[in-house]
Amino acid sequence: MGHKTFDRGIHPSYYKELTASKRVESAPLPKTVTIPLQQHLGAACEPLVKKGDLVIEGQKIGDVKAFVSAPVHASINGKVKDIELSQHPGGVRVLSVVIEGDGTAKEWSGAEIDLNSIAPEALRDAVREAGIVGMGGAAFPTSVKLAPPKGKAIEAVILNGCECEPFLTADHRIMAEEPGKVVWGLKALMRATGAAKGFIGIEENKPDAIEALKKAVGSTGIEIIVLEAKYPQGAEKMLIKAALGRKVPVGKLPLDVGVVVNNVGTAVAVYEALNYKKPLIERIVTVSGNGVREPKNLKVRVGTSFEEVLGLCGGITGEGEKEVLNGGPMMGIAQSTLSVPVVKGTSGITVIASGKIKPEKYDPCIKCASCVAACPMGLMPYRLGDYGLKQMLANFKDFDGQSCIECGCCSYVCPAKRPLLQWIRMGKFFIRREAQRAAAKANNNKATS
Amino acid sequence: MEDKTIDKAELKSAPETPAGPGGERLFVTSSPHFLNKESVPKIMHTVVLALFPAMAASVYFFGLRALLLYVICIGACLATEYAFQKYRKKPIKIYDGSAIITGILLAMTLPPGFPVFGAILGSVFAIGVGKQLFGGLGFNIFNPALLGRAFLMATYPVLTTTWVEPRTVQKAVDAVSAATPLALMKFEGKLTPVLDLFTGNVAGSLGETSAIAILIGGLFLRYKGYVNWKLPLGYLGSMAVFSGIFWLIDPSKYPDPLFHLFAGGAMLGAWFMVTDMVTSPTTDLGQWIFAITGGIMAVVIRLFGGLPEGVMYSILFMNAFVPLLNKHTRPRVFGAVKAKAE
Repeated sequence: MGHKTFDRGIHPSYYKELTASKRVESAPLPKTVTIPLQQHLGAACEPLVKKGDLVIEGQKIGDVKAFVSAPVHASINGKVKDIELSQHPGGVRVLSVVIEGDGTAKEWSGAEIDLNSIAPEALRDAVREAGIVGMGGAAFPTSVKLAPPKGKAIEAVILNGCECEPFLTADHRIMAEEPGKVVWGLKALMRATGAAKGFIGIEENKPDAIEALKKAVGSTGIEIIVLEAKYPQGAEKMLIKAALGRKVPVGKLPLDVGVVVNNVGTAVAVYEALNYKKPLIERIVTVSGNGVREPKNLKVRVGTSFEEVLGLCGGITGEGEKEVLNGGPMMGIAQSTLSVPVVKGTSGITVIASGKIKPEKYDPCIKCASCVAACPMGLMPYRLGDYGLKQMLANFKDFDGQSCIECGCCSYVCPAKRPLLQWIRMGKFFIRREAQRAAAKANNNKATS
Repeated sequence: MEDKTIDKAELKSAPETPAGPGGERLFVTSSPHFLNKESVPKIMHTVVLALFPAMAASVYFFGLRALLLYVICIGACLATEYAFQKYRKKPIKIYDGSAIITGILLAMTLPPGFPVFGAILGSVFAIGVGKQLFGGLGFNIFNPALLGRAFLMATYPVLTTTWVEPRTVQKAVDAVSAATPLALMKFEGKLTPVLDLFTGNVAGSLGETSAIAILIGGLFLRYKGYVNWKLPLGYLGSMAVFSGIFWLIDPSKYPDPLFHLFAGGAMLGAWFMVTDMVTSPTTDLGQWIFAITGGIMAVVIRLFGGLPEGVMYSILFMNAFVPLLNKHTRPRVFGAVKAKAE
C-alpha cells in the first residue's frame, strides 16, 4: 500500500508465479525462421534479399525510407528459402522472408562504449539501424520516439518495467538478470533525447528486480519508482500519471508533456545495439498459461514459429478449447495457427486451456457501473459498447470513445459478460472507416472538378 | 542486389495450417481473454442471501403470516416474469434471482396482515409493469418492488396502512390494529424508543421493522462488493444531517436523527433499494447526488408531507432522474482539456 498509481483500474489474478523466478533460458537455434517485413507500427519494409541469397545473422534484409518504420534483420545464418505472404501474429498476412539456417551462430559481444563520445543523432541512427521497436508489445519504432518534433523538449525518459499483464514475466527477468544493461540503455536513451531525468517504473510485486535495479542505479540520479501492482499500470499514459503526476491530454502524445516512455527490454536492445553492434534479432518471451506444460522464460530468435517455441516448453496441454495468444490475456491477440513467428513485439505466448475461456452468451447490462469504476481513462464503457454495437457514431464520439486505450478492464469486470471492448473497437473501426470514406469522397470531388 | 520490387500477385502464399497440436482447432476471440468470475445470477443470489436475516426477523416478529406473504410475492413475481418472457419469446431467465429479489422486497414493504390477493396483484404489477414492460432486467427505470408497493398504496390505501403489533409485544387485548412509529410520531407526537426500532420490536411492514437484521445483510453485501458504499452512506448520511438540523432547531417538535435512521423503511431502502444497480446512477457524482437528494426528500416527506413515511417516494422520485444524472455527471475523461469541461 501507499505506492504510486493511477485512478481506477483492476486487480486481475496475475499467475506470475509460474515463471517469475525462472531464469531466462536460451532457445536452441531454430532450423528455419520466418521474418515478417513488418513487425512494427508504420510503413512495411521492402525486402533487400531475394530467394536463394545467403544471409548472415544480423544482416539487414528489409528496410524502407519512411520515417515511421524500422528495418528487419536476419536472425540466423543461412539461405533465403522464400519470400512469401505469411500469417503474422498481429492477425494479418504480411510479406515475410523465410530463412533456412545452416546451424551456425554468431557470438555477439563488445566492450561498453563511452556514451559521451557519441552524438545524440548518431545514437538515434544506430537505434534505427538496429531495427529497435518498443518491446512491450505495441512495437512502435523507438527511433521515432527519440526524435521529437522541433520546439518540443524532452525532460524525462521513463523506462516501463511495470509488466502489468497477467502471466508475463519477461521484463521482470530482464530487470532482475541484466539490471546493468537496463540502466546503461536508459542513459543512452536520455542522451539521445537530451532528457535530464531518468526514471524506472516497476510494480511492487517484483521485489528482486527492484533490488537489482537499485544496486545498478547507484548514485547516477536515476530514480526507481515503485508502483502499485494494478492493471493497466504499464499503459503509457497511466505510467506517466502514476510516476510524475502528469496527464497526457486527450489526443496528444507523451512528448507533449515532455516525457518519452520505453520498455525495459527496449533499453537492453539499445545497449546491445550500441555495444555489440547487434540488431534486434532476439528477444525474451514468456511462455506461460494453464495450457503450457512447462512454463518458461525463453530467449528466442525473431522468426521462430510459435509451434517450435511451445515445443520447447513441453507443448500444449489440457482438455477442450484452447486459445494461443501473442502477448498476455488482457491485450494479447488470439492465433488461428501455430505456424506464426515470434516477432519483435512478442512479449509472451500465453496458452489458455478450457475453463478459462469466455462464455459466448451475455446478459443484459444491469448498470452495475463496474466498468465505469474500472475504466482507467474515465469513460463509460457500458454506453460506448452500445453505441459501438449499434453504430451510433455521434454518441460514441460525444462520449469520447476514441480515447479508449483498449486495455480490456471493462470486459474483464462485466458481470453480464458483455464483450464491451469488442463493441468499442467496432465503434472506433466504424469511425475510422467513415473518415476514410469522407476523405476518399473529397479526393474524388477534387479530381472531377 | 538486382530487382528489389516483387510482383505481389506472383507471390506464393504459405499454406495456412489452421491447426494446433494434433490438428485440433484453436479458439479465437478478441481480447481480453480473461474475465473475472462475477455474473448477474451470482450478484442476485447474493442479494437474496443478504435479505435472509431481515426475512428471518420478520417471521420471528410477525409469525407465519409473514412467511406466507414472502412465498406469495416470490411465487407471483416468478410466474409473471415467466409469462412475460414466454410471451415475448425471450430466453427464460427466471432463475437469475432478480424476480426473487423483487418478490422479497415487495413483501417487505407490506403490512403483515395484507391480503393474499393484494400481494399477488402487487407482484404482477411490479414485474409486469415495473420491469418487463420496460424491456426486462436492466432496462427498468423504477425499482420494481417500490413501484408495486406504490401501486398497492394507490389501490388499497387502507389495507397498506393497517398495521398490527408484533407477536412479541404483550397486549391486554388482541391487537387488531396498531400504528407505526412514524405514524405515532407524525399524528400523535409520540416517540418510540430507538432500541425497539433497532431490534424491530415495533409495528410496521415486514422488512422495515428490524434495523439490525437489515444492517447485517447490507454490510454482508458491502463486504461482497455488491453495494456501492456511496449510496447507503449518502442516503442515510443526508437523512441524519438534514433531520438533525430540524432536531437542533426544536427538539420537542422534531425527532432526533437516530429515530429517523432506524424507523420505517430507511434502513431497508438505503441498503436494498437505493443500491439497486439497475435504477441507480453509474457515475460517482451521480451516485452522490442521487443518494443525498433522496435522503433529504425522505425527511421532507416525513416531517412536512401528508404521509408518515417518505422513503418509498423519495427513491422512486430519484429513480426518475437517473438517466438525466448519468448524462450530466459523466466522469472526467483522462487528460480532458479544460475548455471542454467548463
